[in-house]
Amino acid sequence: MEIHRFEKLWLFVSVILIVGFIATITYGSVAAGITMVSDSGGTIQPDNFDNTGFEDPGVRHAGGDEYEVYVVARQFFFEPGSSEPIRVPEDSTVTFYVTTPDVIHGFALAGTNVNAMIIPGQVTKMTVHFDEPGEYGIVCNEYCGSGHHTMEGQVIVVPEEDWEGGSQ
Amino acid sequence: MTFIDDYPFEAKIVRRCFFVAFTALGIGGLFGLIQALHRTGMFRFVSHSDYYTILTVHGVLLALVFTTFFLCGLFTWAVTRSLDQPLVSQGFTRAWYWLMSIGTILAGITALSGLTDAIPLSADVLFTFYAPLKAHPLFYVGLALFVVGSWLAGIDWFRSYRSWRSDNPDSRIPLQTFMVIATMIMWYLSSIGVAVEVVAFLIPWSLGIIETVDPLLTRSLFWYFGHAVVYFWLMPAYLLWYTVLPKLSGGRLLSDPLARVVFILFLLLSTPVGFHHQYLDPGIAEGFKFVAMTNTMFLLLPSLLTAFTVVASVEHGARQRGGTGRLNWLRSLPWDEPAFVGMALAGLMFAAGGFSGMVNAAMNLNYIVHNTIWIPGHFHLTVGTAFALTAMAVTYWLLPQITGKRLRHKTAAVVQPYMWFLGMTLMSNAMHRAGLTGIPRRTAEPEYPNQGITFEGIVGGVGEMRFQIALGGALLFASLVLFLFVVAATWMGPRSRQLSVSGSIPPALSGPEDNPRVLDSMKLWTAIAVLLVLLTYGPPLVSLAMNWTGSAPIPV
Repeated sequence: MEIHRFEKLWLFVSVILIVGFIATITYGSVAAGITMVSDSGGTIQPDNFDNTGFEDPGVRHAGGDEYEVYVVARQFFFEPGSSEPIRVPEDSTVTFYVTTPDVIHGFALAGTNVNAMIIPGQVTKMTVHFDEPGEYGIVCNEYCGSGHHTMEGQVIVVPEEDWEGGSQ
Repeated sequence: MTFIDDYPFEAKIVRRCFFVAFTALGIGGLFGLIQALHRTGMFRFVSHSDYYTILTVHGVLLALVFTTFFLCGLFTWAVTRSLDQPLVSQGFTRAWYWLMSIGTILAGITALSGLTDAIPLSADVLFTFYAPLKAHPLFYVGLALFVVGSWLAGIDWFRSYRSWRSDNPDSRIPLQTFMVIATMIMWYLSSIGVAVEVVAFLIPWSLGIIETVDPLLTRSLFWYFGHAVVYFWLMPAYLLWYTVLPKLSGGRLLSDPLARVVFILFLLLSTPVGFHHQYLDPGIAEGFKFVAMTNTMFLLLPSLLTAFTVVASVEHGARQRGGTGRLNWLRSLPWDEPAFVGMALAGLMFAAGGFSGMVNAAMNLNYIVHNTIWIPGHFHLTVGTAFALTAMAVTYWLLPQITGKRLRHKTAAVVQPYMWFLGMTLMSNAMHRAGLTGIPRRTAEPEYPNQGITFEGIVGGVGEMRFQIALGGALLFASLVLFLFVVAATWMGPRSRQLSVSGSIPPALSGPEDNPRVLDSMKLWTAIAVLLVLLTYGPPLVSLAMNWTGSAPIPV
């Protein structure tokens, strides 16, 4: 089988490109610490949230500048998030735990790289650092039924001096 | 002699497959226009909830029905032509055709019924039908019949090959038949996923025989199939770029062996990559995602090789036509031949789609684009142009050969691919940029007034993007109408005494005799493909099955 030398060169460059892509992604994961959403949130019974943290969803102070936020996504709102915003202080590290009792949803903070799937039976765990005060819209970005486009919420990152502490 | 004279029965099957494919294309395209106008707020005449029904029908008809029926017609032509013998059993051929058609009608009517309350059917589950969103059982039954029909079609082509093999024990497999075989083995391997999902879980669950399904398990089975199906659409386009496009350019394929290598790579790598659609799913360990990422990146290789071989073959053709210079040869190509133009522009657009695909595949960049309108922006370049425009283009060349009628309205046919290219450039670039601002896909109303959510464009404003999406969608629909008009006029016209099109395809410059024989050992490649799938999918699927949680009954 005869391969033209230009084609050999092209093949070589292509493989370098592919290996390069894999290397940069590996760097992002290992060195820059961009971890993927994974199975670390564990599983849950979708019809029974007792003693899981989701029976009373909301913001909890986990010590220092760390907070845990339990959110239940339902057709077609986030609790908390939709009828009342999720409030966390600026310069905090926030771990979101999100699950749903009904269908698959999405949980994305518009304009950021916070973005994940919410699947019945699974707990989505993601840790986010909020540097500055601001308001972020929560968008359900997976089709979840006829009211899908109304499923929205808000995270408010409160300035340090206005933060009253404790759970909201 | 043309195809219809040599193989009247096969020509009829190709025509019938194309008829269903183009009917689906017409309806699906119209629904695409409705969505483009609706979600950009340009013109709304359906309710928000009907939008999702329309989106479901658009996806099912275009991504599954149009692509698969077109492929069945094309492969029937390619196998018959390249083996130069008729199909083995006409009854068997009719059986798969009707099975697929009945499946399509069941699934299509069930999904369309969501638009009216008069019929108690609906399937507003989009074409990914993620449980526990539930459709009427007929939707799943229709899908199952459709897939089984496509399996039987594959068996039909294998039988043709075996009969040819017994007469030609020492010959190399003709290139087009080789490509069909590689594609179908890949299809059998990958569609097992969706078959298990639908038959073992969704049908019994929708009938009430089992109470719950595990949403993550069924979703993972879907994506086991869901990326390979992308290559099931793309490989017919590759078959045409390798075998027909060089001829239309005035030359021939450079290398037959490399074409085979490319198809083998697709067979090996198309399936063990599905988790790259689930990078942001909970319940799947990061390691499995990483393996899928590396496999996906290596899947770039056959496409990069194709880019070289196809462009080089086209350049060879241009030089045969008298083209000279470093880039001046481009002028010598037949830019007034609709079949050439369509395929060339489709290939060019696929390059752009390849680049956005690299972003999707890059695990950590995926956070920015996942479930945004960037994703449909990407696949309208791949299935919506690389496949669809190539299919339309080859129709201008193939339709005369399967009907015996010369192509009508050639001017309209020449304008059509350019118009598609322009429409898709407008729509897709805006969808990509809108995705980067975070605007989600799959929504009737990408505005969130209650929480005052705003999306800020990095390049351009949201209003300008919306305008481009709507205008692009309108141009695409107009282009589609032109295509259907040319096809209908040709089809309904009288038989021509003489055709100006020749169906012969010149052999490659470096022909199959240069092949290492191992390239044709399909058993070996199949075994490696199965092994790769077991390695990448075995552990996660076992772990998912052991962590079965089930879905809760959904309050209606």
